[in-house]
Amino acid sequence: MNKETIKATAWGLSVALVVAALILAGSRNLSHFDAALVGYTFAVLFAAFAITYRYAMWLQRPPTAIYWKRGWQVFFRPRHLALNIVNWFKRVTSEFVLNAFIFRRGRARGGAHSLIMWGCVIATAITFPLTFGWIHFETLPGDLTWYRAYVFGFPAFSFPLESWMAFLIFHGLVWASFLVIAGVMLAMRRRMRDHGAVALQQFGEDFLPLILLFAVSITGLMLTASYTWMKGYAYDFLAILHAITVIFTLLWLPFGKFFHIFQRPAQLGVSFYKDVGAREELALCRRCGQAFTSRLHVEDLIQVEKQLGYKYEMEDGHYQWICPRCRRAMLVLAQGRLWEGPSSTDATEAGVSSVMPQSSFGNPQTDFGPLGEEDRTNFHP
Amino acid sequence: MSVPENMEFFIDPARCIGCQACVQACSECDTHKGHSMIHLEYVDRAHSVQTAPVVCMHCDSPTCAEVCPADAIKRTEDGVVQTARKPRCIACNNCVLACPFGVPKMKTDFKLMMKCDMCYDRTSAGKKPMCATVCPSQALFFGTREQIERLRPRSTPNNRFWFGAQTITTKVNMMVPKTAQAQYIDVTAAMSERAIGKEITLNILTDAMYTGEEE
Repeated sequence: MNKETIKATAWGLSVALVVAALILAGSRNLSHFDAALVGYTFAVLFAAFAITYRYAMWLQRPPTAIYWKRGWQVFFRPRHLALNIVNWFKRVTSEFVLNAFIFRRGRARGGAHSLIMWGCVIATAITFPLTFGWIHFETLPGDLTWYRAYVFGFPAFSFPLESWMAFLIFHGLVWASFLVIAGVMLAMRRRMRDHGAVALQQFGEDFLPLILLFAVSITGLMLTASYTWMKGYAYDFLAILHAITVIFTLLWLPFGKFFHIFQRPAQLGVSFYKDVGAREELALCRRCGQAFTSRLHVEDLIQVEKQLGYKYEMEDGHYQWICPRCRRAMLVLAQGRLWEGPSSTDATEAGVSSVMPQSSFGNPQTDFGPLGEEDRTNFHP
Repeated sequence: MSVPENMEFFIDPARCIGCQACVQACSECDTHKGHSMIHLEYVDRAHSVQTAPVVCMHCDSPTCAEVCPADAIKRTEDGVVQTARKPRCIACNNCVLACPFGVPKMKTDFKLMMKCDMCYDRTSAGKKPMCATVCPSQALFFGTREQIERLRPRSTPNNRFWFGAQTITTKVNMMVPKTAQAQYIDVTAAMSERAIGKEITLNILTDAMYTGEEE
């Protein structure tokens, strides 16, 4: 095993052990632990190990490592900490709570994602604490019509059994499954009708997660239907079927599309990195002299490229200091040079500025040239 | 489905007339509807008619994918470097800045990098990419090696590019003159190169002046 694997394994085992310890503590030494849920518990422990292992391996890739380090550094810079905290709340609300950027990609896509996400968030918030014994319910002493909820063994709140509150709480997973099923249907519809999606989608990456979410939701609903309207018909079989779907989903979390749940928060670190880049010194293109990104970003990329084994060093500096627009111009000029031979005079010899002229967009409209403001900076005006 | 092995992309910027048909057609592609992924630029508009049509070159070892912190860019077995996977891309801009050809674009409001995927919905079904379908001068050509050799007897495809000390090989070929016998296309050597056509502009002015004097 190499150093990275040992480190990731150690992190994975540590996190799995912490979860196991929390299960013991939260269930008061397993006194509130439901033995029927032991399969789920071991699946969760495996998922905790595997997700942490993959996350730790991911963080050790050169580009991820540098963003991870810089993201925290720029967030905790004392001068901007207060503003960063305010922005953190704003961005979490807009990007994660409201999924604003996914709605901008497409309303159907945004709707599907929000439904699935909130269904899963609700279901996770209910099942994990119940499975671990972190939450349990007891009737009030001397009053069988009232329930009291205990969180980590501490009494939290009480409610009458025959109430809307009880109905909503005890059917929490039903409401979650409604959201997930609706979201899965929307996502499946898009995957079957959108030509672009059809060309690119893969079974393991794109369909399997949807199938698993649907299977978990529908088998969960069958359990409710069985005990509510069918006097428990086939309940044992359905309970095992539901357990299989949930356990398979938990085991699949680290491997496929579900892993984006854990990767996606990196988006926040990136936004703070970009904030700092915009406030500080800019990188000027060594060919056209225009600013195109932050100096910090260029220097970090040079470091990453070296770590990855790329050799973009030129006689006069590093290729990373050339802006993307000049790279495109240089590509066609290099081809022209082969057809016509090198220019008889270069810019310096011709007595003009040593900075080469900028190329200009054939069509500068958004979506035909740059795709937005950041692209306008990348490719500069 | 994958892109047939015998079908290749050949780009010859020297043939580009800057008509923008490719730009418009590109935005019709189903994998990135409404957004054009091709770059079409005037190299030095004040002095030259030379234009720069640039599509993704689909590198064998794509720098964009290697520098991606989110592992969002994948190269399929047929050699096509796909656009960023939507659930993974964190819009960090690394790929935009690192691509040696300057290809990826950043759609910040989508939190998504977007780039040419060789119209995968079409090429994986045996069709031509949108840009190559509409290019009137065939600066962007998609077909077999035999076809391009027959159509362009003076040119030969080359897919090796030099950037400083780094060699990049690509799936997309660039047409270069046979007489140049180029083993590679040295991009960084063109750093101080000037757009084709400047001398022509000056000659026109000079010739006109001389003609006037003779009269």
